[in-house]
Amino acid sequence: MNTKVLVAPSPHVHSGDSIQKNMYGVVFAMLPALLFSFFYFGLGALVVTLTAVASCYLFEFLIQKYILKTEVTINDGSALITGILLAFNVPSNLPIWIIMIGALVAIGIGKMTFGGLGNNVFNPALVGRVFLLISFPVQMTSWPVSIGLTSGYIDVETGATPLAIIKEGLKSGTPLSELTSQIPSNMDMFLGNMGGSMGEIAGAALVLGLIYMLIRKIITWHIPVAVIGSVAILTGILHMVDPEAYAGPVFHILTGGLLLGAIFMATDYVTSPMSNKGMIIYGVGIGVLTVVIRVFGAYPEGVSFAILIMNAFVPLINVYVKPKRFGEKRK
Amino acid sequence: MLKTFSIGGIHPAENKLSAESAIQALPIPQMVSIPISQHIGAPATPIVKKGDEVKVGQLIAKSSGFVSANIHSSVSGTVFKVDDIMDASGFRRTSVIIKVDGDEWLEHIDRSEELVKEISASKEEIIKRVGDAGIVGLGGATFPAHVKLSVPPGKTAEVLIINAVECEPYLTSDHRIMLEKGDEVLVGTQILMKALEVNKAIIGIENNKPDAIAHLTKLAANYQGIEICPLKTQYPQGGEKQLISATIKREVPSGALPIEVGAVVQNVGTAYAVYEAIQKNKPLIERVATVTGKSLKNPSNWMFRIGTPVKDIIEAAGGMPEDTGKIVGGGPMMGKAIASVDVPLTKGSSGLLLLPREETARKATKACIRCGKCVSVCPMGLEPYLLMVCADKKDYERLEKDAVMDCIECGSCSFTCPAHRPLLDYIRLGKGKVGQIMRARK
Repeated sequence: MNTKVLVAPSPHVHSGDSIQKNMYGVVFAMLPALLFSFFYFGLGALVVTLTAVASCYLFEFLIQKYILKTEVTINDGSALITGILLAFNVPSNLPIWIIMIGALVAIGIGKMTFGGLGNNVFNPALVGRVFLLISFPVQMTSWPVSIGLTSGYIDVETGATPLAIIKEGLKSGTPLSELTSQIPSNMDMFLGNMGGSMGEIAGAALVLGLIYMLIRKIITWHIPVAVIGSVAILTGILHMVDPEAYAGPVFHILTGGLLLGAIFMATDYVTSPMSNKGMIIYGVGIGVLTVVIRVFGAYPEGVSFAILIMNAFVPLINVYVKPKRFGEKRK
Repeated sequence: MLKTFSIGGIHPAENKLSAESAIQALPIPQMVSIPISQHIGAPATPIVKKGDEVKVGQLIAKSSGFVSANIHSSVSGTVFKVDDIMDASGFRRTSVIIKVDGDEWLEHIDRSEELVKEISASKEEIIKRVGDAGIVGLGGATFPAHVKLSVPPGKTAEVLIINAVECEPYLTSDHRIMLEKGDEVLVGTQILMKALEVNKAIIGIENNKPDAIAHLTKLAANYQGIEICPLKTQYPQGGEKQLISATIKREVPSGALPIEVGAVVQNVGTAYAVYEAIQKNKPLIERVATVTGKSLKNPSNWMFRIGTPVKDIIEAAGGMPEDTGKIVGGGPMMGKAIASVDVPLTKGSSGLLLLPREETARKATKACIRCGKCVSVCPMGLEPYLLMVCADKKDYERLEKDAVMDCIECGSCSFTCPAHRPLLDYIRLGKGKVGQIMRARK
């Protein structure tokens, strides 16, 4: 019995969970939405996704290897997620060079300047997306019409998103009841048959991803439910007050990036709160801000801004919102 | 819905490999080393010297305070020496080393198997004799049992909770005691109830031991006031505060003892030891331990004499497997790794786990991805990620404010962390330091 043994403090076993398992789990959950985007936008979707993912990997590698001179950790799966999310957040006819700028901003400024994975304050993909939206407003808001697999890349027919149709229509004084004929039916919107960013259109696919992540315990229900719930309640109240001036909750949930944001971007581990209570506060904040921007702001869509604004509050939430301690009196 | 504790928790692989193996008596070794400190509190004072003849059950070291415990000889023979040897914690501690000769017991100890149901001892007598018998909490914490039975003035015990949860993966010694010594456990429980002057006892058992639940439920019908409570299989169900929360839905406040909510918790093995001490005059000189591990030839449960070297129990289970990477005294979640197989088994040895190197070697630590899983599994509602950072930055003020002292060191956070961060290692460091600061302030 001369075997050398390890002596270390407990626990002596581990669950076997790893960063990779969680990250690739998220990627797997995004696959349905990715397939839907290929199905609706054809070649363009493929080119945009590949460019975004490859650029994110490349920039992360270059920055870690040559600028920060640290260990290269591109295999942890986080760059892949940022790449896919960036692609999900842009139109499928966006030129390659613009996507590459987006990836550089997302990885370079959004993630690596803060110290890499785990330290960034803002969701990297959204930093890239908002940078592009402000810098290239025309290219970023010309949405290809989804015509299916045969769809090309740059040279495609474009149209407005349902959110933009409603926003412009209401601004010009048209009552809502007259505008509904111009937008797709709820079922079409749920299945993704409408204009929009690549990954945001197919609500059904996104919900499928959510279910998978909940079952695998990659995320908890708190953030998605808080975001979607608060949007539903707030728009529901507005719609009841004046049905001709404010669209209803179903419309707001199915359009734009709400489901994509609530399921895949607000739930980003690094940039969301640690405690369940904190997650709910954060989620409600995103929901409220989204509605405020959509209904009262200048942009038709506000999910990206809402998430980024609430990202900034996360450190504060973590300091002031503590989990319920065992033995503490319940209020 | 099965009862469980209020917050957090995990479900590690149960691996109860030795559940079917009946308790066997481990052969008495040629030499035993009995440490004088096998409990929480002051070490006992040796009262024998080299050359003394001792019998089984004879007092060899005397309790040196209220929170301390008597130590008895587990064998008969001659005291070889009283010397410092390495114990399971890796420290050199005073031990009484006895050369074994035969197996001669003190005469007043009743060694028959016959069940003695009638409890003739009075409350005071029980508490005194539990102390005299050197009984400590056998769940692993080894807190002297008579201290817990002495309810402080101004407080009243309402319920006795028997901890038969055995939530640690691999361990099965409590499980076997329940199956094989069910009546003894229940009489022991009644003795403890009498000492505490309570008329209700709850025995909490995790639902992964349906045979033990069925067996005790059947037997308990013959005893007054004992309820068997099946609990969800969830770690750390056997944590004292968690068990109270699960069984009577009361949360012991931060820094307080269970008596604050009217509860006293004793381990099921302790209840058995109390039965033997009060009904059979037998001091704590032997106990049951599980020896287990996936590569081990014969995972099994053994009744061993206190002071038997660890290597004997490993031999009895088929010898140390080639791939052993860690020898753990206790379970995989809260047990202590031991450095040598020559150290003695003591009152707190509930099991010995031989983990293959592959299973126990730690993986490289990655950056915290702030997933919050450590927060959601913590059964005390703490924020392990934050406590680790504060301990690392030596921010003791904040550690105290964020309730680091509430940590029960169950290891759920480190077990869960996908980035393999050594959360509990740092929290322990922080706890040690904050504890010092708090004591200095008093």
